[in-house]
Amino acid sequence: MKTLEEGLGELYSPPAPDEFRAWVHKNKELVMKEKVMDEKTAVATFVKDGDYIGTELYGTVRAPMSLIREVIRQGKKELRVAGQGIIEIDLLLAADSVKSLDITYVAYEVYGISHILRRAVESGKVKTTEWSNAALAWRFKAAAMGVPFIPTRSMLGTDTFRRSAAKIVECPFTGMKVCLLPALHLDVGFIHCHRADKYGNCQIDGISGFAIEFARACKRLIVSTEKIIPHDEIRRYPERTIIPYFLVDAVVEAPYGSHPGEMCYLYWRDEEHLKKFLEDSKDEGKTKAYLDKYVYGVKDHWEYINLIGLARLKWLESQMTGR
Amino acid sequence: MHYSETELLICVAARLMEDKKTCFIGTGIPMLAAALAKKLHAPNLVAVFEFGGIGPSLEKLPLGVGDSRTFYKAIAATGICDLMETAQRGFIEYGFLGGAQIDMYGNLNSTVIGNYFPPKVRLPGSGGANDVGSFCWKTIAIMREHNKKRFVAKIDFITTPGYLTGPGAREAAGLPPNTGPYRVVTNLALLGYEEKSKRMMLLATHPGVKVEDVVENTGFELIIPDKVGETEPPSEQELKILREEVDPDRLYI
Repeated sequence: MKTLEEGLGELYSPPAPDEFRAWVHKNKELVMKEKVMDEKTAVATFVKDGDYIGTELYGTVRAPMSLIREVIRQGKKELRVAGQGIIEIDLLLAADSVKSLDITYVAYEVYGISHILRRAVESGKVKTTEWSNAALAWRFKAAAMGVPFIPTRSMLGTDTFRRSAAKIVECPFTGMKVCLLPALHLDVGFIHCHRADKYGNCQIDGISGFAIEFARACKRLIVSTEKIIPHDEIRRYPERTIIPYFLVDAVVEAPYGSHPGEMCYLYWRDEEHLKKFLEDSKDEGKTKAYLDKYVYGVKDHWEYINLIGLARLKWLESQMTGR
Repeated sequence: MHYSETELLICVAARLMEDKKTCFIGTGIPMLAAALAKKLHAPNLVAVFEFGGIGPSLEKLPLGVGDSRTFYKAIAATGICDLMETAQRGFIEYGFLGGAQIDMYGNLNSTVIGNYFPPKVRLPGSGGANDVGSFCWKTIAIMREHNKKRFVAKIDFITTPGYLTGPGAREAAGLPPNTGPYRVVTNLALLGYEEKSKRMMLLATHPGVKVEDVVENTGFELIIPDKVGETEPPSEQELKILREEVDPDRLYI
């Protein structure tokens, strides 16, 4: 197979399927054991400075915010991050936790661009490699498949490809040009789900984003859940378990864990909070003040819930559309 | 009836959507246009959203491409790989795009202004745009500000492929044949592409806009055909449905 073009971007987490296999074989427990712990223990146990981390979410939807706030509280540094996010990436950038980004999109959709991303990248502080949304999701898929790359027709002919770390080859079957995306393995992944049992069998309602692929691309997977349900419930509806226990290392109970983001069928996005944060994020001092109040100023997610106030959170529940 | 620029853009975009077709929808104007088209001439339009929403009712306006309204009363709620693979297999007819800069071949920039690194201005990045521009049969770009800063001879970064360097370039790059830019909707005009040269061509000017206004606000040579149409202003019916049914909470309009 002839390589025709190579992206100039740096590969922050090179594909290594055999190393991943060996690591999983040695470190992942196949016995079903209880993994419920608080976020402090989960992050302290599984996240190290310099790790490659990622979050699974869509915009401000089903965002593992409580876990990310804990990563920041513990002062994790030099992280390499898969960036398809919004506020959680902004908070990590603002807290100076990030060294490099595999970026596809960091902004606020209709509310516009991220001022924190601008400061971090325009100053040269945080390095970037470009990908499309499909490319990043398919990189997780390749890792989940246990192969070193996946052939696609994304990014061809563009600067997005030129600044990626993908390669274009001639297909040995058809002669077509295809873009090979390197598998993306993560040291630690974070997912917020609707329900999980104490062993880490997880269920997600509504669209599944890239949770299926992402969960299978992580060495360590920390799951936060709106509620912990009995194991029997999982066995009654096994088709809903899109993340089985053996992929999961920690289960953290976190009601309203996506706040200020939304959780489908449960609570709506906190527009007021988000807009205020966006306004504050234009200014470096005010961004720090936001972190001081909502991240460093609380000891854990339960204190965060108190700070936001149950009345507010209940009101957000009332704003959610049903089925 | 008085109408705003945003309302005009939404109506022009809605008229481009055909019934019984699939359409990849992005945040903002495309959401409103799809919802309006569904209530008027395209009740069987199947809107798809990149994180997994397929064919929602669009009774309620989403705020993002992954929020719960993108699969409210939908046909299916899957995930991003499924949606992108569906597009890559050739099932999505139309795709909506946007960007900070566009050139005469419809290439779009939403990544950086200036050098790549460190950039003068860091923009959001591709998101799903590159994929939509690569896989959909026909793409429609929405550009709210038609001026020389946005319509430029050379864009700083090709985030999303248009016709790249001209006829045959998409195919030479390996992109699926017979795909590419179809229309551009701006605050001044509706534009398309000339069949042979693949260069941007003026199709119609909006009410009160002269051909010269469009030419003066475009930073590259625009093809001006002998006959340039005039955009019909939004009808009373379009505006009524848009204001009372599509966006009654005035989230966007």
